[in-house]
Amino acid sequence: MEGTPRALKWLSAVTGVLFLIALGMVLFYAPEEAVMGNVQRVFYFHVAAGWVGGLAFLVTALAGIAFLARRDPKWDRVAQASVEVGIVFTFINIVSGSIWARPIWNTWWTWDPRLVTATVMELIYLAYVMLRQGIEDPERRARFGSVYGIVGFISVPITFLSIRLLRTIHPVVIGSNDPSAQGAFDMTPAMLQTFMFSLLTFTFVYATLLWHRLRLQNLMERVEQMKMKVFAS
Amino acid sequence: MPDALGAVNEEAVRNRERGSKRLKDYLSAVGGLVWKDLAAELRSRELLGAMLVFALLVILIFNFALELQVATRKAITSGVLWTTFAFAGTLGLNRSMGMERERGCLDALLLAPVDRSAIYFGKALANLVFLLLVAVIVLPVYSALYGVSLFNAGLVGVIVLGVVGYVAVGTLLSAMSVQTRTRDILLPILLFPVVLPVLVAAVKASNGFLQGWDMAEIMPWINLLLVYDVIFVAVSFMSFEYIVQE
Repeated sequence: MEGTPRALKWLSAVTGVLFLIALGMVLFYAPEEAVMGNVQRVFYFHVAAGWVGGLAFLVTALAGIAFLARRDPKWDRVAQASVEVGIVFTFINIVSGSIWARPIWNTWWTWDPRLVTATVMELIYLAYVMLRQGIEDPERRARFGSVYGIVGFISVPITFLSIRLLRTIHPVVIGSNDPSAQGAFDMTPAMLQTFMFSLLTFTFVYATLLWHRLRLQNLMERVEQMKMKVFAS
Repeated sequence: MPDALGAVNEEAVRNRERGSKRLKDYLSAVGGLVWKDLAAELRSRELLGAMLVFALLVILIFNFALELQVATRKAITSGVLWTTFAFAGTLGLNRSMGMERERGCLDALLLAPVDRSAIYFGKALANLVFLLLVAVIVLPVYSALYGVSLFNAGLVGVIVLGVVGYVAVGTLLSAMSVQTRTRDILLPILLFPVVLPVLVAAVKASNGFLQGWDMAEIMPWINLLLVYDVIFVAVSFMSFEYIVQE
């Protein structure tokens, strides 16, 4: 049995280094925000985690379309792996936002449209996992998963649109500046650099985790096949 | 030259005729499917009765849970109504698809020489009729019980729009959930988060009509409902064939 591919080993190492640098930048390089203080530093990883969540669910929807068109089980494995990574990062996004909201909005949680849609997104993909668990036939599991991944993805753009369409207190740091948002701020160049670097780092983390998860899935299937062979003989 | 033109014209006419015949066949297939569901319901009366009693029970529970008093009643009526429709709807969707599955009817339907999307539209329209019938009975009952007049053209319009979106995606997801191990439990888990935008828009728009808001305030929600109806019908109808193929 072959070990970890070389490229994956390298990718993991690079991601590890990038993550350490990003952490350093967030804690030491980025200046302290004038009004909110140190708690604002949550922002860099909060947005980056949200970005990875959205990206992961986009990949799932695209892999779903690819599976329905090509019927190659490889795409279904990509979709499943991506959902699992996406769920974890969306959770990080929600929890880190909550930690920031406690001192800034003076509450852990508020039924703001942006928060609700992020939660709904998380629930959709938890339902996706439950749907897959309920189906034994792998071909059907892949088909249903693909369809639900596509239907569910309709909710992700809403998450990003709701902040602009509905009245919200969630700040928009990039793009428009809504006066009703509480906790908005302007970024200095050092903040912007840290922010961009965090996005890059988290994209690397996503790619690394996705690859590891895919490899695990392939190995699990190999074990399954070998077991079948042993039982058959 | 005139001959060639005539031939082209004839070809076009023939094509059009063939097209209209195909459309007629398609519509008659959809109509047949709707009729099948309605006739089955007319004879067994198990689906609609269960949905109605369930809907009334939900309203009853709300009555005690929220103490629907005159002052608060007006503000939460639309929320109570939509929650009732959503819960009664999952009951109906589960039953309607479960029936096909149990008696092996779905396999027979798939053998029929009709387009898969015709099966989807047939099931969706039948579900739509059932849920609208529930609404038709629940609205006057609610009006009578709580002395709130719900006879409002705008509210009826919103209910139709909301139910269309709900049923469009609900039919697709119920076709999925009946083919899984967990069946009935799975449908609300799959359906509610996906259909939530429709419910939110429907509750807001209904509330607007009941409270007499300005049209300018209600319109964004109605537009949102329309957009979701179109998206959900389109996505469900396109992906339905991947759910029922064996």
